[in-house]
Amino acid sequence: MAELRPMAPAAELLPLEIGDAKAEEINPGHLTSLTAIGDGMGKALEKAHGMAWPAPNRAAGKEGARCLWFGLREVLLIGPAPNKTLGRHGAVVDQSDAWCAVTLEGAAAEDVLARLVPVDLRVAHFKRGHTVRSQVYHMNASITRVGQEKFMILVFRSMATTLVHDLKQAMAAVASRG
Amino acid sequence: MRVAGKGLIDRDRRISFRFDGRSYSGFKGDTVASALLANGVTLMGRSFKYHRPRGVLTAGSEEPNALITTGRGAGQEPNVRATMQEIWEGLETRSQNAWPTLDFDLMAVNDLAAPFLGAGFYYKTFMWPKAFWEAIYEPVIRKAAGLGALSGESNADNYERAYAFCDLLVIGAGPAGLMAALTAARGGADVILADEDSLMGGRLNAESGAVGHQPGAIWAAETVAELAGMDNVRLMPRTTVTGAYDGGMFGALERVNQHTARRGGGAPLETFWRIAAKRSVLAAGAIERPIAFQNNDRPGVMTAGAVRAYLNRWGVSPGRKVAVFGNNDDAHRTARDLAAAGVHVAGLIDSRPDAEVEGAEFPVFKGAQVCNAAGRKELEAVTLRTATGEEAIQADCLAVSGGWNPTVNLTCHLSGRPTWREDIQAFVPTEGAVPGMDVAGACNGAFSTHACFEAGIVAGRAALSALGRKSVDVKMPKAEDAPYRVQALWAVAGKGRAWLDFQNDVSVKDIKQAAVENFKSVEHMKRYTTQGMATDQGKNSNVAALAILADATGRGIPETGTTTFRPPYTSVAIAAMGAGAQGAGFAPQRFTTSHKQSVEMGAPMIEAGLWYRPSYFPRAGESTWRQSCDREVGHVRQAVGVCDVSTLGKIDIQGPDAAKLLDFAYTNMFSTLKVGRVRYGLMLREDGTVMDDGTTARLREQHFVMTTTTAAAGNVMRHLEFVTQSLHPEWQVAFTSVTEQWAQFAVAGPKSRDLLNEILGKPIDSEGWPFMACGEVEVAGVPGRLFRISFSGEHAYEVAVPARYGASLFKLLEERARAMGGGAYGMEALNVLRIEKGFITHAEIEGRATAFDVGMGRMISAKKDCIGKTMAARPGLVEETRPQLVGLKAVEHMKVITAGGHLYEVGAEAKNGNALGHVSSVCFSPDVGGYIGLGFVRNGPARHGDVIRLVDGLRGLETEVEICHPVFLDPEGGRVRG
Repeated sequence: MAELRPMAPAAELLPLEIGDAKAEEINPGHLTSLTAIGDGMGKALEKAHGMAWPAPNRAAGKEGARCLWFGLREVLLIGPAPNKTLGRHGAVVDQSDAWCAVTLEGAAAEDVLARLVPVDLRVAHFKRGHTVRSQVYHMNASITRVGQEKFMILVFRSMATTLVHDLKQAMAAVASRG
Repeated sequence: MRVAGKGLIDRDRRISFRFDGRSYSGFKGDTVASALLANGVTLMGRSFKYHRPRGVLTAGSEEPNALITTGRGAGQEPNVRATMQEIWEGLETRSQNAWPTLDFDLMAVNDLAAPFLGAGFYYKTFMWPKAFWEAIYEPVIRKAAGLGALSGESNADNYERAYAFCDLLVIGAGPAGLMAALTAARGGADVILADEDSLMGGRLNAESGAVGHQPGAIWAAETVAELAGMDNVRLMPRTTVTGAYDGGMFGALERVNQHTARRGGGAPLETFWRIAAKRSVLAAGAIERPIAFQNNDRPGVMTAGAVRAYLNRWGVSPGRKVAVFGNNDDAHRTARDLAAAGVHVAGLIDSRPDAEVEGAEFPVFKGAQVCNAAGRKELEAVTLRTATGEEAIQADCLAVSGGWNPTVNLTCHLSGRPTWREDIQAFVPTEGAVPGMDVAGACNGAFSTHACFEAGIVAGRAALSALGRKSVDVKMPKAEDAPYRVQALWAVAGKGRAWLDFQNDVSVKDIKQAAVENFKSVEHMKRYTTQGMATDQGKNSNVAALAILADATGRGIPETGTTTFRPPYTSVAIAAMGAGAQGAGFAPQRFTTSHKQSVEMGAPMIEAGLWYRPSYFPRAGESTWRQSCDREVGHVRQAVGVCDVSTLGKIDIQGPDAAKLLDFAYTNMFSTLKVGRVRYGLMLREDGTVMDDGTTARLREQHFVMTTTTAAAGNVMRHLEFVTQSLHPEWQVAFTSVTEQWAQFAVAGPKSRDLLNEILGKPIDSEGWPFMACGEVEVAGVPGRLFRISFSGEHAYEVAVPARYGASLFKLLEERARAMGGGAYGMEALNVLRIEKGFITHAEIEGRATAFDVGMGRMISAKKDCIGKTMAARPGLVEETRPQLVGLKAVEHMKVITAGGHLYEVGAEAKNGNALGHVSSVCFSPDVGGYIGLGFVRNGPARHGDVIRLVDGLRGLETEVEICHPVFLDPEGGRVRG
């Protein structure tokens, strides 16, 4: 019997380090979109995964089990396989293969993203636990601060090449200023 | 001429650069203009229309004359202001608008023809013959006029765009701006201070006055250093704030590497910033205006403030014998500074008889005016007119001041109009013109250094208060507080041309002529004369021009009003605004999981929206795309073909009301669909035309997966959002795009099931998996989904796996298909397969077609409501005379037919009104053995068998086609159920 080999979206494109910024592809585990129908999903999430349903533009949990606000009535559970009880309270949709997950880290990370994202991502305004659905240049993206100098960026899997292209350009421009 | 002991330049760092092929030397801190003046070069350009010799007029971004081209080839940049371009080792610059040389310009013949070339000349002269305008007049005029030119080559330089955010944006780092920034920063606000100059300090660097016990420039440098040391301050030198927009947004252009030799390697030449500020302080200063008199454009005639700036900041005297002419006290400073520096002052001419001049060490002429200038390529003398007559004084530089115009521009970008202030004979910003913006200093008509400091502190405190922060005490340094006394003088009476807009060669006469010809509105005058329409936007001439218009029309200045100031404040290269969008940055590229292998197989990729899809897969021995395409069609019809269909939109729909949503969004019924089955659906827009089509599978009772076309995936998602958020928010339904989650492949052809049975966990058969069945399967050990659907008319499936396995599955499917006598197929073959079956795409449902037009009128279910149902029933949308979907066959064997061609009755003229319809899709059909197509023909379904004429005007093609049923192959559908 033939076997299928898995491949990560940016496997052949990253890591990339220019100046004081480093971009790496990560394997975040399961990505599950949870869309609430009715009121029970928040409690179910808390019970099953120990995280509160995040408010708009906020993230809950931590490395390994995180939950990002993702849209109207929608959050993205990152890390664990979704508990079966969640399905009683809305749609539980596997998105593990839909997104390319990249971290951007380093002293220049904020400046790099200031070239690409039309949102104030400076640490005083966009702290750990903050997340935003915005754009990376032309691409829809989810951006979350996961460390003092570290962001997690999600873009559509099919756009991994463009993400790396845009990051590389911005990283080089920032690095050129020394 | 350099003046010893003056200037803020670094005399230890000598820099050489080139101008018009000659090498010159200057110092670190010099601009091209200051360095050329230091080298005794006064002729820097030729004027736009008359090619008059021109020298530098100003020392700032308002410069109209000294425009140069920097660099060569692809990177050359025209219309750079020599006053803003810092010199760097190896910088190459050229003058513009002169032929063969700047010194000897044959086009200066235009100046002799000036009596015929005044305002409105083009409009009156080039009226006839009509056809001559585009063919002759315009090209000739364009060649004769104009400024610098682009190279025509693709620019390889990097440009960048970026975002910045702050509590307070301070625009301008002169005395007012520095003080505002300091006050707000000490109060803890998050401040951005932007200034277009390389050296912050504004006029403090250009004047000789003291601040406290030290020179103003030193105070400025210390203040800038203090600000630079604060974490809550961001200094942005070389950054021009170019526009004020809604919601506290500002555009700003930073010249990142224009002052260095760095090009390429990721370093941006310029950055276009979008700055979001909660508050702003405009401290943009003021621009000095010249006074118009005959030949006031001679090289050597400059604004008085500019002469002081060259002296005090760059240690350059623009002349050896300098005369000063003004209508205000400020001009006196120029004479005093020059005299103090040891430069010979030929005379101070003040138009006011009652002017007070103290302790002058130079001749003073009160109540006098300069009425002419002698010399052509450089100033030799000026003629004074006094009550007693005229006299000439020798001077190689004339410093002119007609007063100062506050730089109100940004306050007008949101449609605000400035307010006229009689006491200073100038417009000032109208309060509240830009929400959240305070105006401070000279740009608000406060001209003394003391007044600027004071206004800066007030503005800084106002910002702190508005931001909810505590006020702070800021010590006010002692500085000059001289009154600004001015008496209006716009133009000196006299014959000859007196220039207003130097860059567009507009004279006082032109403005008066406009008034005579009844172009009395300031906006009409502007367009008639081109006043203020050059790249400098008339920064130092607009107010004088409208004052002269006011006078000529017998109105006051406030009544006459200003033209509209619009962004950008200074020119911005399109490359900077569109930074990042060159090449691969133009749009995101979406690649399927099979992309890499497809490219390796030699497939040319075509763009489908943002996606890239293979056109065909060439094999050895095939020299044309048609050969590959015909073979791939054969694979599907006779064996098995594999095609990546992951680009189609896939929407996961769940919830108790999921079926209701589908019934409402689709024209046909989905609530009756059985679990484990797929149904084709048609979707209408609210106006009744077709929006999209596709299949939807019912995986479980409350769980569906909808498929959209590649092109409409986003639109359909948005449409569903609209329906559920706006029309039926009470429905309990959730939907999620899963387009990216699943890699999906069509496996089509009589051997498709055999192929799948080699890789599926459990074999499938016709009974368990009839046509339109769907379900979960195991695909080579991975959980996947299988849909028995067909876009080719063959026995076919679509198999989906999580995208991480997509590349691997495509490889496997392609290998197995090849072993069975088939292979991968691309878009060309997919198109042929669907046209042969009469299946529609967005070539047919292009936004105008109704369900009726595509022969699916009966798919609008009578049993339920759906979006677009009522509108689709309008009489005009269901008439038989509407062009309706038909098949088309070339009448002559192997004759080509083309998509886009229009259809006419045989014998009818091919003209508007006679068209019966058009051809939407065509292909060569290997199965039919000739060209076939789909198209729309009036009453087409009733005309099968008729022969009509196809005329493709674009390609010059004309042929006869036969109307037929749109399904060319297997009309009974036996194969698909096979």
